[in-house]
Amino acid sequence: MNKAVSRREFLKTSSGVALFIGVSGLLPHMVSCKNEKEVKKLLKKHQLTAWVNLAEDGRITIYNPAAEMGQGSMTSLPAIFAEEMDADWSMVSVEFSPQVSEIYGSERWNPNKKVMLSAGSQVTAGYFPIMRQAGAQARYILMHSAARYWKVNVEGLSTANGEVINKRDNKSIGFGELVPYLEMPDELPEFQESELKDPKDYRFIGLDQPRVDIPEKVMGTAQFAIDIQLPDMLYGVLERGNLHGAKPTLTNESEILALEGVIKLVPFDYSIGIIAETLEQALAAKKLLNISWSEAPASGFNSQDSYKKYEKTASEKLEGKVITNEGDFQKALKSAAKTFQIDFKNDYVYHAQMEPLNAVVQVGADGNSAEVWVGSQQGFDSKLGVPGYLGIPNENVKINLQYLGGGFGRRSMTDFVLEGAGLAKEVAPKPVKLIWTREDDVSYGAYRPLTLQRLLATADNEGNITGFSHCVVGDGGNLVASGIRIDYYDIPNKYAEWREVSEGIRLKHWRSVGHSPNKFAIECMIDEMAAYFKRDPADFRRSLLAKTPRALATLEKAISMSDWGSTITNDRAKGIAFLERSGTLSTGVCEISVDRKTGKIKVHRFWSANDAGIVIQPDNVKAQLEGGILMGISSVLKEQLTIVDGRVQQTNFNDYQILRMSDIPDTIETAIIDSPEPPRGVGESGTPLVACAIANAFLKLTGKRLRHLPFTPERVLNALNS
Amino acid sequence: MAFQSLNINNKTYEVDLNKDTSLLWILREHLRLTGTKYGCGIALCGACTIHVDDKPMRACSLTLGSLNKDQKITTIEGLSENGEHPVQKAWIEVQAPQCGYCQTGQIMQAAALLKETPNPSKEKIKAYMNGNLCRCGTYLRIIKAIEIAAGKKSVKT
Repeated sequence: MNKAVSRREFLKTSSGVALFIGVSGLLPHMVSCKNEKEVKKLLKKHQLTAWVNLAEDGRITIYNPAAEMGQGSMTSLPAIFAEEMDADWSMVSVEFSPQVSEIYGSERWNPNKKVMLSAGSQVTAGYFPIMRQAGAQARYILMHSAARYWKVNVEGLSTANGEVINKRDNKSIGFGELVPYLEMPDELPEFQESELKDPKDYRFIGLDQPRVDIPEKVMGTAQFAIDIQLPDMLYGVLERGNLHGAKPTLTNESEILALEGVIKLVPFDYSIGIIAETLEQALAAKKLLNISWSEAPASGFNSQDSYKKYEKTASEKLEGKVITNEGDFQKALKSAAKTFQIDFKNDYVYHAQMEPLNAVVQVGADGNSAEVWVGSQQGFDSKLGVPGYLGIPNENVKINLQYLGGGFGRRSMTDFVLEGAGLAKEVAPKPVKLIWTREDDVSYGAYRPLTLQRLLATADNEGNITGFSHCVVGDGGNLVASGIRIDYYDIPNKYAEWREVSEGIRLKHWRSVGHSPNKFAIECMIDEMAAYFKRDPADFRRSLLAKTPRALATLEKAISMSDWGSTITNDRAKGIAFLERSGTLSTGVCEISVDRKTGKIKVHRFWSANDAGIVIQPDNVKAQLEGGILMGISSVLKEQLTIVDGRVQQTNFNDYQILRMSDIPDTIETAIIDSPEPPRGVGESGTPLVACAIANAFLKLTGKRLRHLPFTPERVLNALNS
Repeated sequence: MAFQSLNINNKTYEVDLNKDTSLLWILREHLRLTGTKYGCGIALCGACTIHVDDKPMRACSLTLGSLNKDQKITTIEGLSENGEHPVQKAWIEVQAPQCGYCQTGQIMQAAALLKETPNPSKEKIKAYMNGNLCRCGTYLRIIKAIEIAAGKKSVKT
């Protein structure tokens, strides 16, 4: 044990949490300083800070506080840290941090509370300042230790690629070589922006590091929660029906319990759980359950009939929750030379993440502790609600975050985690692997809400938009209101409101949330007006964006990269859309054709130009934009979840189809505009561009209007024949 | 229950399970070869793609009773030593995976394609890969990776 290290057993983090720094094992944690025995045991290894572990051979482990669901955080956040630490990337490996929000949370969601949550494309934006600060502090500890070791002033030292350098004496020492001499400074400085690395010296930020998770994902060794195997593990499945919230009455309990391998039946308010020795036994028993279901709030609800009701709601003389009220829209309406009113509709859509929901949970024999293995987007409660659900102390629950086989918003819910806990407590201390079948995942999903949107816009005689009003009718609060603001458009009178309905259907954030339906409506209205005033849609937006130069730059870039305005064959047309999502400004252009016999739309090419602030991993940002656009095309052309008498009608990929390779565009070109602004989110900014760009291209190509998502062949044919 | 030998990745496994047990659960839950993924259970997503005598098959729709000990089953774990199959190398080169969950199935399907058609056209690739779903939207990179593995494209294009 090094004396210098033991002198300072605790370290103040920026938030003032007492954090133990000499930690054995792989992960740092907090220990009471009164527990001397534990302190001594833990001091055997050298932890630099909560974010990094440094070994004597120079190997560096950086802890990633975010979920990894394909968005690349497992690489981009450590790259930010390594940049400020000045680490040698070839020595870096990455592990998930513990789920301890006091240490690893970001204040992105709430300025007064640290939260670990990977959602809303907020990870990079939220952790950029945190990882820079933590990396700079780790570097400072190394420089401070080297200064003591060399008996020189720290001010004369610098670092480069994993070494501390003393230029005056022409000496250098590797970070790993410093481990025996590590010494904590009395105070860990909080670095100001000007003290951090000059961006011109960046070696990682803005340059591509291969993603650390990709080799194991290609070899098949990457571990998702569904892959977890534990000794004595049992299997759990639930039958939840397809009427959300209906209560089950099981009528053949003894028959099920007599089946081979079935260990226990566990009733939940809305489902019947089965625990069995093997997965196939659990699934076989699930098929034989004889359940009578109660009615539920959704009983009688027919999704496709609801638009008529919502049209009435939109027409009522009432005021919903007002989201924007700038200028005086009513006055603009009275003085308008021309008004435009259009209703837009969108059906429910389902997440369809490729890994069905699952969790492995083990409850301690005394029922007072639990360990969870789960692919989760985390949450405001970093213990995912398990302590409250089981009635046990927070510190007795350990969450082992695994890779996520897709999130898209669905895995920021904890329903499946709590179900796993509910099963595991019945057979403690045996662990239980709960698996949702694809059918469970579809029919008991939590969908992007169905909405009706009534847009009303006004213009003067010169074709200037004077007022813009947007009323969205739907269930789910901010789920339907997100993306309704159009601050970037120079329109003097703006009004937006949300009118609530409640249908008893489970709802959730779905990649880009309300932006996809709302921007669809907004951007189609803009093209409708451009067409009326015989203005080019791109040029029309140029006027609207004149006062927001960053936005305008994406428009100009998209115009040039798509060769907008050039003649193309008359069976094709281009459509354009501009929007903001997660702070990223994006212009998208697509080129489509339509098979007038079948009603099938083909997207041939897609371009998008984006200002996302500082970009950490440019190729990964492109991958996110490409993926977001393809998921957008999928949802816009194919995806439709319907409900009859409260019952979800779809079951699997046979009746809920998503985009396959045969239907992808030939090319997707993405451009990222250089920006010194802090990073913004890109995981969702591609998706909402698609509906409006396609509908606007369709208007140009056919003169007809697509106003109801998805644009199924049947709806396209109806539009063509209208 | 029935004893049966299975030849998986050139190794013999003895299993004692019901004949109607799906190969997917045998691989994943009984033999712990978890690189083969469960996605839909009805052969519509391709996440469980494996090779049976070099032909791509969906493990979810094969039962123990439909297999015999002479059939050569290959899973992602047996495709190569240390991920050195040209398809895997190309996958890394283009940074194809995002969440990665469907990718082992995609890779098994692509490896079978190149074995059958070493120099496929883009249309052939799309047709052959059409049964493998990817929700993250990596299809364009998958096509590029297959073209690189087939030698149609140099790595840096």
